Amino acid sequence: MPHRTFIWFILPSALAMLIFIALPIVSILVQSLFVENERVLVTVENCGPFGCQKEVRVDAQATAALQREHPLGRFNGLGTYGNRSHLAFSEIAAIWNARPTLAGFLSEVMTLPFYRALAFTLAYTAVVTPLVIALGFFIALAVDALPRMVKGPVIFMSLLPMMITPLIGSLVLFWMIDSNGIIGASIQALANDPSLSLKASATLAWITLFVYGIWHSAPFAFVVFYAGLQTVPQDTMESAMIDGASRWERVRYVVLPHLSPLVVFVALIQLMDNFRVFEPIVGFSAQANATSLSFNIYNDLRSTGTPLFGSAAATSVLTLAGVALLLTPVLVRTWRDFKRSR
Amino acid sequence: MTAKTRRRPPVLAVLSTAFIVLWLVLAAFPFLWTLWGSFKVQGDFFSRQDWVNALTGVHTIAETGGPFTGRGYYGAWVTKEFWRAAINTGIVTVSVVLISLTFGTLGGYALSRSPHRYAFWILIAALIFRAMPHITLVSGYLLPFFQLNVWGYLTTAIVVLVAINQPFTLWMLHSFFKSIPKDLDESAMVDGCSRFQAFRMVIIPVMWPGVVTTGLFSFLLAYNDFAVTATLLTQDNQTMVPKIASFLGTTQVQGNVMYAVSAVVSATVPLFLLVLFFQRQIVSGLTAGAVKG
Repeated sequence: MPHRTFIWFILPSALAMLIFIALPIVSILVQSLFVENERVLVTVENCGPFGCQKEVRVDAQATAALQREHPLGRFNGLGTYGNRSHLAFSEIAAIWNARPTLAGFLSEVMTLPFYRALAFTLAYTAVVTPLVIALGFFIALAVDALPRMVKGPVIFMSLLPMMITPLIGSLVLFWMIDSNGIIGASIQALANDPSLSLKASATLAWITLFVYGIWHSAPFAFVVFYAGLQTVPQDTMESAMIDGASRWERVRYVVLPHLSPLVVFVALIQLMDNFRVFEPIVGFSAQANATSLSFNIYNDLRSTGTPLFGSAAATSVLTLAGVALLLTPVLVRTWRDFKRSR
Repeated sequence: MTAKTRRRPPVLAVLSTAFIVLWLVLAAFPFLWTLWGSFKVQGDFFSRQDWVNALTGVHTIAETGGPFTGRGYYGAWVTKEFWRAAINTGIVTVSVVLISLTFGTLGGYALSRSPHRYAFWILIAALIFRAMPHITLVSGYLLPFFQLNVWGYLTTAIVVLVAINQPFTLWMLHSFFKSIPKDLDESAMVDGCSRFQAFRMVIIPVMWPGVVTTGLFSFLLAYNDFAVTATLLTQDNQTMVPKIASFLGTTQVQGNVMYAVSAVVSATVPLFLLVLFFQRQIVSGLTAGAVKG
């Protein structure tokens, strides 16, 4: 295909991605260097029958004018990155000096908003991704062994948790684990502890979110692996059987190697999706116990009064750095394959 | 697999069946339970005494006279004007699907037919863009959109969702186009078609299954989105998902939670029908990226 034709075909799509994906990255880089304008304060003297009082007030007009003139706010350099809501260098140093034990240090660091969110995001990604792959694989093996007639309905029901809107899916589960809901009440009855609530403790809230994540994504892994199972070479399976391989050995040495490219594919997609975990925290109202990087950005943008653009942008830049770190191994591998194939 | 490699010892067969049954309960029961509960009053669905009340509907009978009530639905759709959000969702999803597919088929076709190295790099760039958390992009949009005075309109959300959709659409359509032999469009061009005519009249007609499948996933992305629609739309222009989220702010009031429950069930119905009718396409779409690409 000549270059000219190619450009015309790709143009709409490339422009959309340039303007709405590449430019916003530039936009957050710029925004992260600024902080909100300070409100213009004026001192007015109020004189009443009981004498004069000095009062400091916000000059709304001047503030609005300043906002019009400098929509980005004040230039702050890299200051936002180092402040308490982000990397918090000085706070970390202070905690390090004050707390001699490592456990104490870590628990103090976990009170800083950025590190709290980072810890949950990493834990969520690290726990959910492998469990989704494992659960999806076992569901695929079990469904593959079912009689043909029931496969269709089984696949239909299995797809539901994945197709559901993440916010809605987490709400559905949230209402069930409510202390007045079916699961929450049953757990209280089982544990014989009427004060037990899945929302109250941080550990339980984290586990709930992990369970939701696995429930939501396992169908995806299942469908991909199920399709892969249909193409497992039968000759190899039969010769492995003749050679006396047990059922498990056949799965381990024939099926799994055959599926390994699919495992890489599912792992890649899951890493990308789990790293941006966000909706379940809103749906489960779990922000008191667990926040993610994406949730922190959302929270800054929705902060009452003025949105904290600078703060949100700095968290965004740090999040993108995390995404880049996650993707590097994949990109290096693709680049090697590409060079080898030429 | 053939019968011989399939035969299993009975213990394993029982275990495997039990596992599947357990999984199906986990996967489907929450939806059935919520559907059932949406026709009850709050006192039953969130029963302080006993969750069995949700089955028997003690309070529902006491409050409304019948075992089932449509109060939650009335409250959500009429009192809280959920129909407005439903219309907005309709506008947004249909536009996003149509525009995404138009852009995506053009681009995906070009990528599948270009032997040059830049085609590879565009695909890699799309993969990187696919990994961007949507909310980071939103934080890049907000300030410029405020300044340009385009914040809050459905059109803005549509354009943004189309763009966020593009990387995925490109990848998927690219892998579908690759499975169509090049000879087809080349012979059409030998017969005197231009490249665009070959694309339009020869390739697209045989591409329908791929286009439908990709369209389904575009629909899902637009329909399920929360990050973009919750931050870029005004209260009046809200689509269903952020509207449901805003119901939650007022949960304390008796009865209001049931509005949210009913709205959630209403918003699930289209997805349910989608899976019911397009199960085959969804499965093939999920595997297309993995097996072919």
